Amino acid sequence: MALDVIFSSMEQGLVYGIMALGVYLTFRILDFPDLTVDGSFPLGAAVTAKLIVSGVDPVLATLVAIVIGALAGVITGLLNTKLKITGLLSGILTMTALYSINLRIMGRANIPLLNQETILTKLKAIGLNGEWQAGIFFLVLILALKFLVDWFLHTELGLALRATGDNKQMIRSLGVNTDFMIILGLALSNSLVALSGSLVAQYQGFADVGMGIGMIIIGLASVIIGEVVFSDRIITLATISVIGGSLLYRLAITAALRLGFAPTDLKIVTALLVVIALGAPTLKKELDFSFLSKSST
Amino acid sequence: MLRLKGVRKVFNQGTINENIALKGLDLELATGDFVTIIGSNGAGKSTLLNSIAGSFGIDAGKIVIDELDVTGKPDYKRAGLIGRVFQDPLQGTAASMTIEENLAMAAVRGKKRGLKIGVNKERRAEFKEYLSLLGLGLEDRLTDKVGLLSGGQRQSLTLLMATIAKPKVLLLDEHTAALDPKTAEQVIQLTKKIVVKNNLTVLMVTHDLNQALNMGNRTIMMDSGEIVLDIKNPARKHMTVDDLLDKFAQKKGKELMNDRILLAQ
Repeated sequence: MALDVIFSSMEQGLVYGIMALGVYLTFRILDFPDLTVDGSFPLGAAVTAKLIVSGVDPVLATLVAIVIGALAGVITGLLNTKLKITGLLSGILTMTALYSINLRIMGRANIPLLNQETILTKLKAIGLNGEWQAGIFFLVLILALKFLVDWFLHTELGLALRATGDNKQMIRSLGVNTDFMIILGLALSNSLVALSGSLVAQYQGFADVGMGIGMIIIGLASVIIGEVVFSDRIITLATISVIGGSLLYRLAITAALRLGFAPTDLKIVTALLVVIALGAPTLKKELDFSFLSKSST
Repeated sequence: MLRLKGVRKVFNQGTINENIALKGLDLELATGDFVTIIGSNGAGKSTLLNSIAGSFGIDAGKIVIDELDVTGKPDYKRAGLIGRVFQDPLQGTAASMTIEENLAMAAVRGKKRGLKIGVNKERRAEFKEYLSLLGLGLEDRLTDKVGLLSGGQRQSLTLLMATIAKPKVLLLDEHTAALDPKTAEQVIQLTKKIVVKNNLTVLMVTHDLNQALNMGNRTIMMDSGEIVLDIKNPARKHMTVDDLLDKFAQKKGKELMNDRILLAQ
């Protein structure tokens, strides 16, 4: 692979890694299979793109996307905790509704940002120039976010969030309102996802209503690849593993493209990757079992 | 101080499965009282503990802890007043988190949780001291995940977590029933030690009649959602298990039949 191809896949790995950090928060910390992601990712992109073409400063546009993303998480959380709709369905409902909302926000299916000022063009203006600027910016940003997540998960509130995903009854008996913790966790997760969507739009130069399709599987793939290849023994290792997983995922996808897969085949490649990673332990057991039963007869 | 007045709890009200679990129960405990509760299955022992803890709302009556009426409050809002240990050792701790993190969560029981780091240096030293009370060597394993501990170790840790923030009332729901006899005895000794040290008001459900008479200063027996026997020291001191069974038979005109109770003799 040519160096520039690897380099651009690293950039993507970093910017999508922010989304994967959000997925890690719900799937692993909160034990909540949150499918809002497929809607909150393009939501972040849509909000940012619309604001930028309306003349709003891109930094402000990005911050607004983070807040709106958090709101999407809050809605999923309210559906789940107040209306008692299952977690999976709550996320699907919000995600479906967000498709219409994203179209409303953008006014059409696609907003190009090619000649607009974005966070990345701003970097140039302050002297961060050259081919490396986007990559370095994403790297610094995702590391900062990683440390922020690490720190939060070790605060009193963060411990309560982790316990909510581990043993709800126990943490309730210690005086924590678990409904609030679920809503908080979903808000934090989806704010990261929306930030990732916002940055991807600015990075690739457009927001598209379909850009969230399959995003949750990409997030999951990153989390799981990270766990398998690196370590999830403690939080600080687990979060760096998620970022590593996101980078490896992008490299795998780039390799798949080089091997002749069409870009439209990438979703099934991703799905198979997750199936293999999730199914491997069970498959291994099954194979061992059949081996034992054969040898005993 | 714990006061229950006319507490009534009905499950599946208005259906064919309607079950009156508590029939207007009155109970008053002074601070430092240690009450053991016995009774056959379905007598209402666990419903009583759940009502006090706020696991569900009650249908009538009043529950007061230290002059504070907690009747309508959800469990997490009265958690600061109540420590609880369940029968299942897995229920009281978060397995994926470390020993010190579990203790840190318990140390701020019922208080507002903010953005302060959960485990700091002072807390860690404090936890070490607390854990050495158990005599299980856990003080050297602060950063081990709780999932690595045995049932007895986890139950001992739960007991510590239930009492570290000095609750007003400690609820023990057959907390040694799932442990092997030797471990159960260790946890019982630990229970006594912690209760005395903190001068706690305790309600302990047990199916072991000897234990019921040997521990604490008062024993109540429940049947069909009512308290049918209430024996206090000093009268209780001279009672044997047979006396207890006789008294129950006199009172209710039936035998206290319960496999678990009989097997425990």
